[in-house]
Amino acid sequence: MTAQLLLTVNGEPRRIAPGSSIADLVTGLGLDPQKVAVERNGEIAPRSQLAHTILDSGDTLEIVHFVGGG
Amino acid sequence: MTENPTTLATPDTWTVAGRTFTSRLIVGTGKYKDFAQNAAALEASGAEIVTVAVRRVNVSDPNAPMLTDFIDPRQVTYLPNTAGCFNAEDAIRTLRLAREAGGWDLVKLEVLGEARTLYPDMRETLKATEILAREGFLPMVYCVDDPIAAKQLEDAGAVAIMPLGAPIGSGLGIQNRVTIRLIVEGAKVPVLVDAGVGTASDAAVAMELGCDGVLMNTAIAEAKDPIRMARAMRLAVEAGRHAYLSGRMATRRYADPSSPLAGLI
Repeated sequence: MTAQLLLTVNGEPRRIAPGSSIADLVTGLGLDPQKVAVERNGEIAPRSQLAHTILDSGDTLEIVHFVGGG
Repeated sequence: MTENPTTLATPDTWTVAGRTFTSRLIVGTGKYKDFAQNAAALEASGAEIVTVAVRRVNVSDPNAPMLTDFIDPRQVTYLPNTAGCFNAEDAIRTLRLAREAGGWDLVKLEVLGEARTLYPDMRETLKATEILAREGFLPMVYCVDDPIAAKQLEDAGAVAIMPLGAPIGSGLGIQNRVTIRLIVEGAKVPVLVDAGVGTASDAAVAMELGCDGVLMNTAIAEAKDPIRMARAMRLAVEAGRHAYLSGRMATRRYADPSSPLAGLI
């Protein structure tokens, strides 16, 4: 079995199977891709591309959503 | 009857970047006891726009209740803000994510200068406004109550000018009516007082000065009864607006009797 990829997701280390897409990661976390926005290595990952963007080892991801604020 | 049906019957709307709204009150969604109270206060306020923040999803608790479950973004306009950003770069990054999360170009920019006063850093704010406008955003911009800064923001592409009435969360009310009035008189885009409102009369003052609207969060959320205060703010904004449109009487230095002097017994 291939070694898992090591990512940083919202500042925390996380492992995922090689070949996984951003959409796989998001749904694997129990999140609805329609309700979040993802930044990969400082660049916006467009929602339409989440299923087609394959993660690399060392990727840094930010997954955000709307919360209450003034 | 003294009522003039021709002016009162005309709907009093305001338009920002081509979007037209009836309510002139924008409310925040922070500091409430829970989402249900927040939603009830929103209903009582009559607001059509809410400000929201962009934050990391809690990946350890993906099933935690979400704002969007209580306040429907298809029915209420979400205005993503950059609260908590202290430079242009962070604010722009936040709004790029917000645009991706919601698909909205209409955003609220605020770039803060320091934590103690939460006063805006106008150099960074101006820089961010220019970049955002170039990227197709429609930034409504939180700023100091300075008529020159307001003009510079407008020239840079701000679709609304949002001067503070007093520091964010202070509830001190409109501290400088002169500068707010000067900003209103000079602006070609909507002007909304953002921050500093503490109670209903503060909101009325902002509207009487000719502002197009008022944005508030803490004044409602930290009232003992936020839902009743939300209603008070709705009425105050409407009252202040009517007072502004009606053209108030001139002030006098001394008394002027309301009853006729002729015919006194």
